[in-house]
Amino acid sequence: MINPAPAAAAPLVALRHVYQTYKKDNHLLRVLQDINLEIHPNEILCLVGESGCGKTTTGKIIAGLLTHTEGEVLFKGRPPASYTGARERADLRRTLQIVHQDPFASLNPAHTIGQILSYPLQRHGMVSGRAALRRRIWELLTLVDLTPPGDVVNKYPHQLSGGQRQRVSIARALTVQPGLIVADEAVSMVDVSIRIGILKMLHRLREELRLAIVFITHDLALAKYFAWEGRIAVMYLGRIVEIGPTPQVIGQPAHPYTRALLAAVPEADPDLTRHKQQIPLRSEDIPALAAIPPGCAFHPRCPFHVPGLCDASLPPLAVPAGFQQQAACLPLHQPEGLRRYGT
Amino acid sequence: MTVTPAAPEVVLSVRNLCISYLTRRGRLRAVNKVSFDLHAGETLALIGESGCGKSTINLGLIRLLPPTGTIDSGEIVYRRRDGQTVDVRGLTTGQLRQFLWRECSMVFQGALNSLNPVIKISSMIYDTAAAHGMDKKEARDRALDLFQKVRLDPRRVFNAYPHELSGGMRQRTLLATALLLRPQVVLMDEPTTAVDILTQRSIIDVLKRLREELNFSVIFISHDLAVAAEIADTVATMYAGEIIEMGPVAEVFYRPRHAYTLGLLEAAPRLSVGREELHSIPGSPPDLVEPPPGCRFHLRCRFATDECRTTPPPLTTAPEDERHTVACYHTATILKTRQEELARD
Ligand SMILES: Nc1ncnc2c1ncn2[C@@H]1O[C@H](COP(=O)(O)OP(=O)(O)OP(=O)(O)O)[C@@H](O)[C@H]1O
Ligand SMILES: Nc1ncnc2c1ncn2[C@@H]1O[C@H](COP(=O)(O)OP(=O)(O)OP(=O)(O)O)[C@@H](O)[C@H]1O
Ligand SMILES: [Mg+2]
Ligand SMILES: [Mg+2]
Repeated sequence: MINPAPAAAAPLVALRHVYQTYKKDNHLLRVLQDINLEIHPNEILCLVGESGCGKTTTGKIIAGLLTHTEGEVLFKGRPPASYTGARERADLRRTLQIVHQDPFASLNPAHTIGQILSYPLQRHGMVSGRAALRRRIWELLTLVDLTPPGDVVNKYPHQLSGGQRQRVSIARALTVQPGLIVADEAVSMVDVSIRIGILKMLHRLREELRLAIVFITHDLALAKYFAWEGRIAVMYLGRIVEIGPTPQVIGQPAHPYTRALLAAVPEADPDLTRHKQQIPLRSEDIPALAAIPPGCAFHPRCPFHVPGLCDASLPPLAVPAGFQQQAACLPLHQPEGLRRYGT
Repeated sequence: MTVTPAAPEVVLSVRNLCISYLTRRGRLRAVNKVSFDLHAGETLALIGESGCGKSTINLGLIRLLPPTGTIDSGEIVYRRRDGQTVDVRGLTTGQLRQFLWRECSMVFQGALNSLNPVIKISSMIYDTAAAHGMDKKEARDRALDLFQKVRLDPRRVFNAYPHELSGGMRQRTLLATALLLRPQVVLMDEPTTAVDILTQRSIIDVLKRLREELNFSVIFISHDLAVAAEIADTVATMYAGEIIEMGPVAEVFYRPRHAYTLGLLEAAPRLSVGREELHSIPGSPPDLVEPPPGCRFHLRCRFATDECRTTPPPLTTAPEDERHTVACYHTATILKTRQEELARD
């Protein structure tokens, strides 16, 4: 139910007990702990959570751009080391693409849009001959709704609007016919009025090209809209605390952290937002990664924490009774769930 | 639903304000014929997409425009607590220095990262107070009280360096500092942008409570409709340097009459409304050096007709609510469209 893909196919990417740790001034920074994820072709997975919780790090590992410290990462069922031939490795690299937040920083300002798109096409031998190259660039620009392509192809990035630049970044990711795109805050810098257009385009590309999309955002309303037919994973201090189908996670959140986040988000509707029930936290500050609290990392802030339980043992990520998603919260897994604690 | 009592006094009155920047390509009219009244205790949210002139209005109001920016025309009249009016455009540099912080203070866009890292919060407070003749003891007491009000640990924050505070704590410190000299008006430029959800929530809650206790007026700049929906009494939608619609928050959200406001609302996802049908506005904002003729929005507007393309629509008042003004030829159609959409939800 949580991974709706056909059972036979190996997931495009699988993370099993993945840890990422950095050393900093004699501290261990546990940036990711015990991350388990599967991403199947054509699937949407959304990673949400507050700044520093490990979304980008997870995204980079999924895209094969970062080597994890512990655990296993499988691409189409195989570890990266098993991709030996140059051809195979190149294939793997092009299958996984990432689109960053700031298209200005990631597009070379000295190159025209046509050049920006032609380099990867040529480097990966995706087309042969000038005519085919030109045709493919035209196709790609059309695919991302930059039409007519003739108006765009000779322009430089600074001559385009922020939204148009982000469309170019997406077109560039598509040059190599990837199977998965990690979109890391890809529309965060784009104006609200045009964001939805880019998201709709990503939806369409997903259908037409059978793409899997890992969508990283700190905006929960946007996550809900984009991932309605997929899953959401909520991260806190380097762990996934809740994961499941979007309508369930948003409509019937299980973990107290998810509930607090959802309650805190203002709504673009005056009545709705002014009558939203808040969940007051016990503390406003996120603990440092160098000093992650024992037990459930959320317990010092959690209004429902049970002394002696939540601060003592690590909650497993499991499906609580009455829910369809997994959540890592010990009280939730007890017979009466959080109700016992007056919620 | 918001209830408006008998209109309180106007503290800031802006008429036909025009501001431009000198650019290499020519004069860029960033704010064009903007008029509004800000009442005592009122929170006015300025919404609109990047580059529509929100920050320029705020900088113009306190005359802190960069050297290339000038106020071309218009009036900015401020009313002091003693009832005297002040022509802000006519203030001398010395008078302006007294006006800032004491009458009108601000939290700048991106201020979060611009606090001087080697200056303690206490020194920042003392410097601001000293410039306005407030003595150290009063400044300290007032600051500690305000820190308490914005839910900070007063003593710890007072003695801290900015880098020792989290983003949310710094933003609340700035908010408290802005209130140090008891101004009547606080200008806030995107104070909740680029902060985390729970931090944003605490800033919103703190702002709401402070406003109730201290009754200052706020001009709140945001491109986030949801934040505006939550804290504003009045919402003004800006497009290409102009306020094209303004009214009580419920009017603007539930009974918008301008195609651009409608477009913004249709593009805003709501978390607790299940599956949604959203739409974006096609195209992008016009060039402000050479704005299009007629209604500045017509190139992106699905309701545009011939007169929109030639003649700028005048500002009119909604028949149901005289506080609701709009510059659009198709108010009835837009109102109907929105109501049908709301009925469908
Ligand atoms: N190379 C590195 N060395 C040390 N620490 C790192 C490194 N890369 C990331 N981190 C830390 O790991 C944590 C997680 O970072 P990451 O960028 O994954 O978070 P995020 O959820 O994407 O945050 P944001 O919403 O701010 O983008 C942060 O505390 C970050 O400072
Ligand atoms: N110093 C400047 N010199 C020239 N043009 C400027 C300057 N500052 C702003 N502008 C231009 O004036 C217009 C209004 O800018 P302003 O910063 O007021 O917009 P804004 O609504 O605050 O946008 P944002 O949401 O991105 O902060 C824009 O077209 C901008 O490019
Ligand atoms: Mg990130
Ligand atoms: Mg601005």
